[in-house]
Amino acid sequence: MTEKRQDTQSIMALLKSHGARFYLFVGVLAAIVGWGLYAFYVEYVYGLGVTGDRLPVVWGLNVVNFVYFIAISMAGTIISGILRLSNADWRKPITRMAEAITVAALPIGALFPLLDLGRPERVLNLFLLARLQSPIAWDGIAIGTYIIASLIYFYLPLIPDLAACRDSLQAVSKLRRWLYTKLSLGWSGLAEQDKRLKGAIKIMAILVVPIAVSVHSVLSWVFSVTLRVEWHSTVFPIFFVMGAVYSGVATILIVMYAFRRFYHLELYLEVKHFLYLAYVFLAADLAMIYLTVSEYMTPSWGAETLDLQYLASITTGPYAAYFWFMIIGGFIIPAIVVSVPRARTIGLIVVAAVLANLGMWIERFLIIIPSLAVPQLSTPPGITYLPGLYTPSWVELSITFAGLAGFALLLVVLSRLVPIISLWEISEPEVSSAGPAMASAPVMSQAQETEGPKSP
Amino acid sequence: MCSLDQNRRQFLLGAGAAAAGLALTAVSSGLVPPASTQTQDTDSLQDASKNYVFVIDLNACDGCAKCTEACQAEMAVPPTSGGELEFEGKQPWIQVFKTDSGFIPVPCQNCQNAPCTKVCPVGATFYSDDHIVLIDQNRCIGCRYCIVACPYERRFFNWFDPPSTLDEQNTVYSPDYNVPHRKGVAEKCIWCRHRVAEGTVPACVDACRQAGMSALWFGDAAQGVVTNGQDVVSLSDLIKDRGAYKLNEELGTLPQVLYLPPKGESP
Repeated sequence: MTEKRQDTQSIMALLKSHGARFYLFVGVLAAIVGWGLYAFYVEYVYGLGVTGDRLPVVWGLNVVNFVYFIAISMAGTIISGILRLSNADWRKPITRMAEAITVAALPIGALFPLLDLGRPERVLNLFLLARLQSPIAWDGIAIGTYIIASLIYFYLPLIPDLAACRDSLQAVSKLRRWLYTKLSLGWSGLAEQDKRLKGAIKIMAILVVPIAVSVHSVLSWVFSVTLRVEWHSTVFPIFFVMGAVYSGVATILIVMYAFRRFYHLELYLEVKHFLYLAYVFLAADLAMIYLTVSEYMTPSWGAETLDLQYLASITTGPYAAYFWFMIIGGFIIPAIVVSVPRARTIGLIVVAAVLANLGMWIERFLIIIPSLAVPQLSTPPGITYLPGLYTPSWVELSITFAGLAGFALLLVVLSRLVPIISLWEISEPEVSSAGPAMASAPVMSQAQETEGPKSP
Repeated sequence: MCSLDQNRRQFLLGAGAAAAGLALTAVSSGLVPPASTQTQDTDSLQDASKNYVFVIDLNACDGCAKCTEACQAEMAVPPTSGGELEFEGKQPWIQVFKTDSGFIPVPCQNCQNAPCTKVCPVGATFYSDDHIVLIDQNRCIGCRYCIVACPYERRFFNWFDPPSTLDEQNTVYSPDYNVPHRKGVAEKCIWCRHRVAEGTVPACVDACRQAGMSALWFGDAAQGVVTNGQDVVSLSDLIKDRGAYKLNEELGTLPQVLYLPPKGESP
């Protein structure tokens, strides 16, 4: 602990000088985002026809990405909110990152449906003429609330660290110094301040959990309240919430790995952090397998015409490759990797997390596109109706990659503006962390052994 | 302590300013008029007790699709954008499908519990006073949720700017006669409300009679009569002993199109 306390300087150093590699990375990301903006400009000028969306598959990658990015924002809530509430002290070095993921993923996710409007210039109608009976309006309210709540929840634990920046970062630009000074709200570490801050953080930690659950549920209702095949299902809200937990935890594993590697944070992000998160990841994975079985078994047993058409299209039809990749690569392999102690190395855990994220992206794709492609008119008998086709165009693909780049860009910029590890929290003495640390000590040491040669 | 309180005051001031900003937006939103509303003059002619219905006699339909052609001419229907297998050429607002026992023309079912109007986030699709589902394309934002929600796949979308003639461009737009068409908005069959408001039948009904089939009948169930544009018959006589049904009625959408199955007795 003392070692860590002394070493906060190395985190602070990240905020001082950025180096050529940082600017190169930011430049590349910004270029990808710029290309995505150009793609959107083309879409704006010529119309949504430049995307691959066509009747009856009128929602494509933009909606897939919307669901995907909103889902990974769950990272902050799960890691930070729930672990904070359960007093799991090992969370301390990860909370800031997790909250940053939420703060970065939400605006990117919320942007996608707005980029997907046929008349983007009328976007204000969504607010000025909002019709509260529409699930899209529920979505707007839920996501808006979530963005505000997660910004507050990101900001509150940041205050003491902002004060530290104010006090110790003399060489940075005037604007940043001004920001640190203003945003740290005169924090001086008084006992009274500490008490109030912790109280406020606790309130927000309690609040963000139900808000996150509501966001992912409402997101699922956009689909499940319609009469579409596959969507019209009561399992959808919990399916979406659990999917968000799964992809959220997978995302934080990846982000943790990247920061650990490039910022050399091995001192803070230890093997145990990857291990503990991997347990959460495994639990979410198993829950997803359970829900996926439930989601597909129920309609296949009832065997309604349209349900069977949908199931055939994803299991043996044009989407079969995606479906089986999702099942095997996205769910089963990650579960095996994290279940087998010998395989539980940082490298393999991160590989499992990447697979899980790919699988979850494909899952959103499989929920949206094949379902829209199934012809809805099934009577009278023998009605001839061709199923829909969908091939994403360069425009949607560009916007997709721009979304990913934008997400990474926001994270990287945040990590250079504020300490990416909550310095004041890790400097506090641990109170009640004996529980989890002791319970899994043997596994930990084994993983450390296997992990040894791989760590950079 | 003093500094804390001061900061709290500043914080509250800031929060108050933000709240005031939000309130201002809300107030101004009340001042913004809807992009366009229904034309009042036709509305006043409408009777809220109307209950328009289509009766489609599948025994009489020979699948010639003259109804689709007439519709496309009457409403200056925009072309599709390629890649839509089911819809080559122009959007088939009334579409004739092949079935095991013949053909079935499917116009908008004009559901009285319409999934499309339920999901619209901006109220751009709505019921006219005489219960016809219309779209205000000056208000539509193009989210396509209505298209996703329609279980009859009777909604279309202008993916690009549709071509329009000078005449069409000079037409005064109203949701009753949604010409000129524009890009990025939903489209649908509106039961030729501009014609119905003047007491005539939709263009497809006329075309079907002129082609000699008279498979399409249109009328007001409240008055108990339907017409093929020429003959006026009693609705109950027309559907008597024919086992009339509605498409996917079990969905609870309350569709207003009655289908007479092909193998029944002729009326």
